[in-house]
Amino acid sequence: MKKPDIILQLSVRSVRLNLLRSVLAALGIVIGVVAIASIGMISANMTLSVTEELSATANVLVVKPDSGGGGGGFGMGGGSSDEDDFLDPDQYNDIRKAAGSSYVYFLYSESDSIEAGSENGRSTIYAMDDEAMKDVLTLTEGSFPSTTSQVVVGPDFIERYDIEVGSKVTIGDEDDEEGESTVRVTGILEERGMSMDLSSDNAIIATEKFFTGRYDNEDEYTQVNVIVDDINDIDAVTESIDESLNRKDDEVQIQDSSRMLESISSTLGTLTSFAIGIAGISLLVAAVSIFNVMMMSVTERIREIGILRSIGTQKDEILRMFVYEAAIIGVVGAGIGAILSLLIGYVVVFGMVGTTEYFFAWDSIMNVPEGMIIGAVICVISGVYPAWRASNLDPIEALRAE
Amino acid sequence: MDSTPVIALVDVRKIYPLLSGDVHALDGVSLSIAKGEFVAIMGPSGSGKSTLMNQIGCLDVPSSGTVKIDGQDISQLSDFDLTALRRDSIGYIFQKFNLIPLLTAFENVEYPLVLRDRKYDDTGRVQALLDSVGIDAALAAHRPAELSGGQQQRVAVARALVNEPSILLCDEPTGNLDSKTSTQIMEMLARLNREGRTVIMVTHDASTAEYADRTIMIQDGRIV
Repeated sequence: MKKPDIILQLSVRSVRLNLLRSVLAALGIVIGVVAIASIGMISANMTLSVTEELSATANVLVVKPDSGGGGGGFGMGGGSSDEDDFLDPDQYNDIRKAAGSSYVYFLYSESDSIEAGSENGRSTIYAMDDEAMKDVLTLTEGSFPSTTSQVVVGPDFIERYDIEVGSKVTIGDEDDEEGESTVRVTGILEERGMSMDLSSDNAIIATEKFFTGRYDNEDEYTQVNVIVDDINDIDAVTESIDESLNRKDDEVQIQDSSRMLESISSTLGTLTSFAIGIAGISLLVAAVSIFNVMMMSVTERIREIGILRSIGTQKDEILRMFVYEAAIIGVVGAGIGAILSLLIGYVVVFGMVGTTEYFFAWDSIMNVPEGMIIGAVICVISGVYPAWRASNLDPIEALRAE
Repeated sequence: MDSTPVIALVDVRKIYPLLSGDVHALDGVSLSIAKGEFVAIMGPSGSGKSTLMNQIGCLDVPSSGTVKIDGQDISQLSDFDLTALRRDSIGYIFQKFNLIPLLTAFENVEYPLVLRDRKYDDTGRVQALLDSVGIDAALAAHRPAELSGGQQQRVAVARALVNEPSILLCDEPTGNLDSKTSTQIMEMLARLNREGRTVIMVTHDASTAEYADRTIMIQDGRIV
């Protein structure tokens, strides 16, 4: 016969005898585990999806004029009215030289009011060299502009204004000093997702000629993008550009996506810690209810403890009996919590992140066992004091109890 | 009879300190019980007989004096060793039966055996004991709450015997039973005594005390 654990048997039977009470206590742990695991999974999925999108452009350096103060951020456009707020062709050439074999192109950008389909709105308008446009961008439909009155637009732009290839887009307002220009959409860009070098999904990409003609800002580049051949050279190229342009004054800021990734991750991290803290409160409540249930179990069974002690059950066996009881509640609760957090987590991740592509990635799925372990451990810890009380009862006093 | 006593008490005192003054529950009790004896301890309530039983039963240690069980001075033992002594050397039979409600009758009898040997009974000893007290296998599958008082006390007797203790300690074993069942239980204890077991019984019922070889009267913490 296999080695028996009669102490565990007693714990199991006690849980079964007080099933409703035990289930209610376990429910607290279930809720806590689901909350912690789901929030952990949402955060992991967000981070993974952002990382994936950004790492697609991880080999791109963005060089922008150094406007003095901190500045930066990842919003583009916003009007380059400031005189110093552009890069000139000399600087562009310096960057090209410093970047070696990397592909370098300049970018103009402006934000302007537009009218497309039957709607009005604002949009970022980019412009770049014709050749760079063909090298850097990919179309899903249509063709690149062949005249100055033609543009390509991002997929989200198409969706938002409900237009198609061949539709007209009016840029600007007749009251503006630049006046109104009407352009025709000839192509739709492939989705690029979130990126810091060129956020084209919701933007218009025009020809350089059209752009400089309209805004009268020839050779005033908003930014220069450097596509590095080998991602391992990123630091070397950054340094080279920094050396070449920032030797006397800080002329330019050089950003790569890793910094943006860092800032997003840290923001997400802060939000996640906060949310997990709130979820943690539910576990605390669960711990209190387990503690209460265990105290009730001890109080109800004082006499039984007296019997067990008087016929030769050791203190540590009594202790184990009650810790097991808490552990059973904890493990069952955490187990149910784990299954539910897979289901609920899947739905919530889909709802909040928009994709469950990364749901089964290790960083995401490990939140389930993690939540489970935390839940079970909290349960056992809440059971320790009641169990200790039980094991230290005086057998004579305990036997006398009714 | 054996010359070395199974139980030897020398000048045992037990004092409970209370705010209103110390209570001398045992006030210099000396007692020796030889192997194979059947001893009844009688006395009015509050006389200290329960305290005396707790000393003999290793549930409590004296304030002063020595209590020796099987030659071992219990005041020298740790809680762990006292517990092991209770498990291996003493069989308890209580007035209120005190079976473990979560376990079946069979498991109740098996429990001390499992505590000692770390394995379930595979020798048939548990059922044999149950049979000898008149509990068949079908009845043994029931929980204590489903048994009558007499049946519960029979199970308790079987449990007390399972680890072959040198002492059977009975605290008012018939106190909660009707007279017919009482007689059966007392006959059973007498039989066990004839088979060579040392039986110590607390009672205030003179008719059950008649089964004993010797009756010790106790009053105000002293043997009279």
